[in-house]
Amino acid sequence: MKLRALRLVVWRLAFFVMTAAALSGVSWAQPAAIGERDGLAAWRKISDVLMHPRCLNCHQLTTPLQGDQRRVHVPPVVRGVDNMGTGAMRCHNCHNDSGNNPLSGVPGALHWQLAPVSMLWEGLSTGGLCRMLKDPGRNGHRTPTALVEHMETERLVLWGWNPGGHRDPVALPHRDFVEQMKIWVASGTVCPP
Amino acid sequence: MITLIINGQPHHLDVDPQTPLLWALRDELNLTGTKFGCGRALCGACTVHINGDAARSCSVMVGDATGKAITTIEGLSGEVATVVKEAWIAAAVPQCGYCQPGFVMATTSILIKNRNQTKEAVLSQINNICRCGTYDAIRMAVGLALDRLEPGDDEQRKGAP
Repeated sequence: MKLRALRLVVWRLAFFVMTAAALSGVSWAQPAAIGERDGLAAWRKISDVLMHPRCLNCHQLTTPLQGDQRRVHVPPVVRGVDNMGTGAMRCHNCHNDSGNNPLSGVPGALHWQLAPVSMLWEGLSTGGLCRMLKDPGRNGHRTPTALVEHMETERLVLWGWNPGGHRDPVALPHRDFVEQMKIWVASGTVCPP
Repeated sequence: MITLIINGQPHHLDVDPQTPLLWALRDELNLTGTKFGCGRALCGACTVHINGDAARSCSVMVGDATGKAITTIEGLSGEVATVVKEAWIAAAVPQCGYCQPGFVMATTSILIKNRNQTKEAVLSQINNICRCGTYDAIRMAVGLALDRLEPGDDEQRKGAP
């Protein structure tokens, strides 16, 4: 009797687990390998974000640009040896570590600076940007995993999704962007021509 | 309560951390040598030193300046500051004078860090604006200051130009 009762419990438990799995969309099969097609689709979404003026404006050679209109930076500033300006024109002189300045309207985040010269994105095609991003010589010596972490946690990158002021939101939410980065990396960081 | 160290003295202020440093200097502490020009970090009339760096005090929030050494035009002293001020007088730079504290603060911070540089190099690191157009006189004053400063050890920080 006890054995029958135990079997009943086991069957009910199995039924419950399988139903829950079916409802939640969990597959018992091995996940399908992420192929080139998935990787390229993910890259298109990533590329749309990275080629936004908010990203490109600081991936410049000499001086950063401002706004979605890509105006020349006012006041005039230049890169300097450490990518953070020169003399009386250092980035953090105005761009506060703790965030945007609500009164002056000057945006701020930790590590505010021009991207290094090795990371110039201006004028690149989406394929060119893709190849640059995965090249350790031009991406800050980052592995694909480190790239994902950079996009996921770097304060200056995160500012792009929470820029404040009257700045437009990024079309792709940050969580989805990171998810696409992971898919792209899992695909072997495939790039369009 | 926020503590700001200004010209070597601690000051305790009951202000919002997002208050611009310039507001604190002028309205709370009556240090009115630092001027309000544009309020948007464009003109440099409000330049002070924060830990030796020239900074636009209209755009620095006091919460970010807490515990750092802030120097205003009133507290600017030392060999380089004296030479720069004397050069400014010798070249008769000011016309209306409103922006000049900012220019003096910017120039001084650059020369304190590195006095062994050309006039052009110094000028290329100053982006303050003068509505009277005293730029020629400023060029002369910077040249005079460089001539009068003996080459020597600088307080140049590692990594900073």
